[in-house]
Amino acid sequence: MADILQTPARPADRHHPDGDRHHNHRDHDDDRDHGRDRRGPVPTVIADRVDIVYRVNGTGAGRGTATAALNRILRRGQAEKTAGVRTVHAVRSVSFTAYKGEAIGLIGTNGSGKSTLLKAVAGLLPVESGRIYTDGQPSLLGVNAALMNDLTGERNVYLGGLAMGMSREQIKERYQEIVEFSGINEKGDFITLPMRTYSSGMAARLRFSIAAAKDHDVLLIDEALATGDRSFQQRSEARIRELRKHAGTVFLVSHNNKSIRDTCDRVLWLERGELRMDGPTAEVIREYEKFTRSGG
Amino acid sequence: MSQVLSTPPPAQTVTDDDPAALAARYGLSVSGARPSLPAYIRQLWARRHFITAFATAKLTAQYSQAKLGQVWQVATPLLNAAVYYFIFGVLMGTKHGVPDYVPFLVTGVFVWTFTQSSIMAGTRAISGNLGLVRALHFPRAALPISFALQQLQQLLFSMAALVVILLCFGVPVAASWLLCVPALLLQSTFNAGIAMVMARMGAKTPDIAQLMPFLLRTWMYVSGVMWSLEHIMRNHRLPHAVYLALETNPAAVYIDLMRYALIDSFDAGQLPHHVWAIALGWALLAGVGGFVYFWKAEETYGRG
Repeated sequence: MADILQTPARPADRHHPDGDRHHNHRDHDDDRDHGRDRRGPVPTVIADRVDIVYRVNGTGAGRGTATAALNRILRRGQAEKTAGVRTVHAVRSVSFTAYKGEAIGLIGTNGSGKSTLLKAVAGLLPVESGRIYTDGQPSLLGVNAALMNDLTGERNVYLGGLAMGMSREQIKERYQEIVEFSGINEKGDFITLPMRTYSSGMAARLRFSIAAAKDHDVLLIDEALATGDRSFQQRSEARIRELRKHAGTVFLVSHNNKSIRDTCDRVLWLERGELRMDGPTAEVIREYEKFTRSGG
Repeated sequence: MSQVLSTPPPAQTVTDDDPAALAARYGLSVSGARPSLPAYIRQLWARRHFITAFATAKLTAQYSQAKLGQVWQVATPLLNAAVYYFIFGVLMGTKHGVPDYVPFLVTGVFVWTFTQSSIMAGTRAISGNLGLVRALHFPRAALPISFALQQLQQLLFSMAALVVILLCFGVPVAASWLLCVPALLLQSTFNAGIAMVMARMGAKTPDIAQLMPFLLRTWMYVSGVMWSLEHIMRNHRLPHAVYLALETNPAAVYIDLMRYALIDSFDAGQLPHHVWAIALGWALLAGVGGFVYFWKAEETYGRG
């Protein structure tokens, strides 16, 4: 029941695509198709000339002061600039189409708009212009995705699962698997302790394990693996490959080129909010490494 | 297969195939769009176990850092009542003319606290759980509803203490105690509705949380928590509008209904006319109105 609700009603032909149409689509897509032809490319995320602009309050002179705040309220109707609102153009006209079964890496130097783009795909940030279409509801997994710190890890597993729309039975079934995957209990019975007692790495691992327990249509991972230790990273990478097999699409933001190489078959390279390159992992990373070495 | 894209924007995007058409063909939906009201209700219903589990978890976690632990569930409302008794009953002497003053006061304090804490929790339901909202996808109304439910569970603890107090003060057990159930049901609906309204306002303007304690305190004093409104209205000549406003004030209505149900000396004559209709009206207005109001901004929660 929950699963039906997870993904809004979609036309029946998605699962049984009309052969003729399907064929056309494939022909058209051939030049951008990176070995997805096993299943035929079914798009799961389409970004159409997406622009994302942040508006930041209180950047004018003396921003923290009471008079500045009053000023802002009084001048609300006026131009944003005089009211101390600054705009940051974080993503500029990015377009791409992601397909079922793809694992896509997002690379770029700090502040290039990777996380922002993922948030927008997850529907957590409004786009300034353009559109993002997704299949069902993408799930974003970031480093600061906090669960409830005053509750035990065990409760968090249950609550996280319920919040994702899993049933109690499903969670019970997977509970052991989740705990084992997280490796929380490797050093003692930590799962029955409140999450506030966990180290940041442990908390991040548990969060990832909970989110990864469900088969997502689209899973967005924002450097969530960086906090785990080596053995956990390997387990996560294996899990990402598994999720892809279940016909999901995985996006992975990482500064670890090796982890991108190991898990992704396609890479989007963002620089200053612009999509600089989109192609097979090896090619894009080679260019990216050239770029970072030259101090770009 | 791939090329270094020159800036400005890549020309490599779908050229002759419109992305919107492609999205429509495969049934993709616009990311972050608000679901229709019926779809939203279905999603919310599917998360009912989350709502109850979250409320219970929050309730048990509430005093997890305290040494006395769950004892505070009962001790907190009792201490509250004791303070009000000291100030209003002993120092200010409002108890004169009110029969069974202690049960009267304690019922008032507990029922009022239910509404007050539901509203306060609702105000922070979104703004205080941004991590959760940004990490997982679920209909956001689950949060304020869950917080209102947590307060209801809290009230049930208080009610257990209340029953002991009532018996200690010689209030007889009566069939009218069963009226608690519909009264609580209506009040809970009302509280959940207001919590949703506050959640939306609090999500947009976190400053509301600073303002609420003052508004709530004012509301408490005009709702007859510690004194009998009926006495005041009898002893002072008030304009009809004020009289009407005091009488139909939802907090006062729910408090008086509970007193009527529990305390034998509080008779029907002290209730406003059509009291059940008023109670139902407030519950429906707040419940349905609050839900729709909250849903209208569903796509904006946790953004920015």
